[in-house]
Amino acid sequence: MANLAAVVGIGQTKYTTKRDDVSIAGLVREAAVNALQDAGLTWDDIEAVIIGKAPDMFEGVIMPEIYLTDALGCNGKPMLRVHTAGSVGGSTALVAASHVQSGSFKRVLTVAFEKQSESNAMWALSNPHPFSTHLNAGAGGYFAPIIREYMRRSEAPHDVGIKVAVKDRLHGARNPLAHLQKPDITMQEVEESFMLWDPIRFLESCPSSDGACAMVIANEELAEQAPKPPAWIRGVAMRSEPTMYAGREEVSPQAGRDCAADVYQQAGITDPRRDLDCAEVYVPFSWYEPMWLENLGFAPEGEGWKLTMEGATSLDEGGDIPWNPSGGVLSSNPIGASGMIRFAEAARQVRGDAGAHQVEGAKLALGHAYGGGAQFFSMWVVGAEKP
Amino acid sequence: MTDIAIVAYQQTDAVSDAGAVNEVELIIPVLGRVFEQAGLTNSQDVDFVCSGSCDYLQGAAFAFVLGVDALGAVPPIKESHVEMDAAWALYESILKIRMGHAESALVYGFGKSSPGELPIVLSQQLDPYYLAPQWIDAISLAALQARQMLDQGLVSERDMAEVVARSRNNALNNPHAQLAGEVSVDDVLAEDTYVSPLRKADCCPVSDGASAMIIATVEKAEEWGKPYAVISGIDHRIETHNLGMRDLTDSLSTRQAAEGAGMGQGRVDVAELYAPFSHQEIILTRALGLGEETSINPSGGVLAGNMMMASGLSRVGEVFDRIVSGEAERGIAHATSGPCLQHNLVTVLEKA
Repeated sequence: MANLAAVVGIGQTKYTTKRDDVSIAGLVREAAVNALQDAGLTWDDIEAVIIGKAPDMFEGVIMPEIYLTDALGCNGKPMLRVHTAGSVGGSTALVAASHVQSGSFKRVLTVAFEKQSESNAMWALSNPHPFSTHLNAGAGGYFAPIIREYMRRSEAPHDVGIKVAVKDRLHGARNPLAHLQKPDITMQEVEESFMLWDPIRFLESCPSSDGACAMVIANEELAEQAPKPPAWIRGVAMRSEPTMYAGREEVSPQAGRDCAADVYQQAGITDPRRDLDCAEVYVPFSWYEPMWLENLGFAPEGEGWKLTMEGATSLDEGGDIPWNPSGGVLSSNPIGASGMIRFAEAARQVRGDAGAHQVEGAKLALGHAYGGGAQFFSMWVVGAEKP
Repeated sequence: MTDIAIVAYQQTDAVSDAGAVNEVELIIPVLGRVFEQAGLTNSQDVDFVCSGSCDYLQGAAFAFVLGVDALGAVPPIKESHVEMDAAWALYESILKIRMGHAESALVYGFGKSSPGELPIVLSQQLDPYYLAPQWIDAISLAALQARQMLDQGLVSERDMAEVVARSRNNALNNPHAQLAGEVSVDDVLAEDTYVSPLRKADCCPVSDGASAMIIATVEKAEEWGKPYAVISGIDHRIETHNLGMRDLTDSLSTRQAAEGAGMGQGRVDVAELYAPFSHQEIILTRALGLGEETSINPSGGVLAGNMMMASGLSRVGEVFDRIVSGEAERGIAHATSGPCLQHNLVTVLEKA
């Protein structure tokens, strides 16, 4: 059995288009220092640092952990760099947790970041691979046909994505760290925004952000001594499948379903909508909310959009299972950090420390991230109660 | 701590140019052989998979995503990746086993460095504001380090040439080596300098290749009934990136990692050190306090072939092979990352 571990400190930067006031090192250090302060700790209290980010080409720095060791107080310590595409922020948190859950470390720091303004993500994603089909589509172009297939199968009304776009931006307006601040957004405004990759409109897409997120993860003994309530890690899971294979279910990938089943089983969850109080789920394009509601078992197949339209996932409409109370990826997207932000925001909820986007009485929350061609998944369940 | 068993290890030949072979084609034969060695079929037969690779060698984002195509990952598998040498993928896999979420794991690393100019490519892992814009290549930085050693009288050019000559001769027994031969110290010294004070022979070659390993709990290894060696310790440490703040003639982080891994708790029969430049083998040997009783780089080390992102894992594999064959009872494997040995990992292996 794994040793118990808990999140005892969380730190984030403000998310924005271009943080030209800090270097990459300054950005990650800001999040890390915020996490240490939140945990009431100093650099000397940290035994190892686990860092994650999406492709190195997003900043043009190869293996940036080599350069970031000084900024993260790592000299003389172990430092590990995780990279699992868009799910990396989540995977990095899981690898960090494994340092403690294996009994090898008592307390570690984990950081994920992206400073997209240093380069051009669309370019970095579109470089052709030798000997492989060249899509040149970026992420939106890749996912648009999959969304259209979901719309066809589920016969969902055309404005489900628009509703998600509005809902997550209203959530984001409660979160001072969110990149997009649109407290007055309307369905009409989203519908009238220009079409990027049909059916994905501009306002149904995530922004491109600079930002970093950090967490301190500690063992049972140290978590119990922490000054603020810990978020106990109740389940951890990862799954991968190939980008393409004959018969692959791309709308609701098997890897996502398996990953969810695994993490629910560990956390004792049998009905995720009933058992969980909220979820932070990686939704970079609006329609992925109803799609993931089904993939993650919150709704039967073909009916995820009904939860969205009923307001079940909305904090403002008093929904029973708020999704992305922080505003989600649709409000802030420093790609490599986005998964860790989901994991950290789930932890903030069960620590009762989520400010104006707190889900009242949240005790059990899901953090979710996905990447590649919706083929890499990482998830955790965190709880206010020790398992 | 749970002891971890290494059950199988395979690698490709280190070649200067693998030609039109893509990454998946590079990996698949090695995976096939390593599964066969362990008596398994594909990644469905292990509980966890972790790999190490670098996008910049391939020149496109998500190099590792294509690697998944080599795994037989249908139905989906538990899989992770480090943008580091696969020795660190081994480290992540060991944590996964020790936390009880896996009993076995496949670890692999691959790199095709031939399409680019590796020393120049690696300049882009330096501080992006102050160092990378100067395009200081990896060989020039190593040459600065060697120059410090020579100027301080810590090493002579003959000492460095002796490392090269021993590597070339040892590599005659390594079927995967790229560079091997009956080379004498005087042969090396007769060469012109390349990036002074380094001769070309002081620098590892640029290689394409891949390696793979299967590890498991000792109980699982017993169940499989295959010969295995035990990893009794593994640790890694990083140092400051600011070269001016490090003693480049020593490797503090290697010593720290060796202490953390428990190297000093027994005799070291064999050591495979990831030293891409001849003088770095001397730095590492001294930092680790290795003496006459230790056979250093019997495979020829990476001077005989340096498969980027796989060489660190291959060092572990070389020691595993020697323990399982009965040639050695206890050994260490070292891996490195970053300019002038900035980040170092030490694994201690023992006879089962």
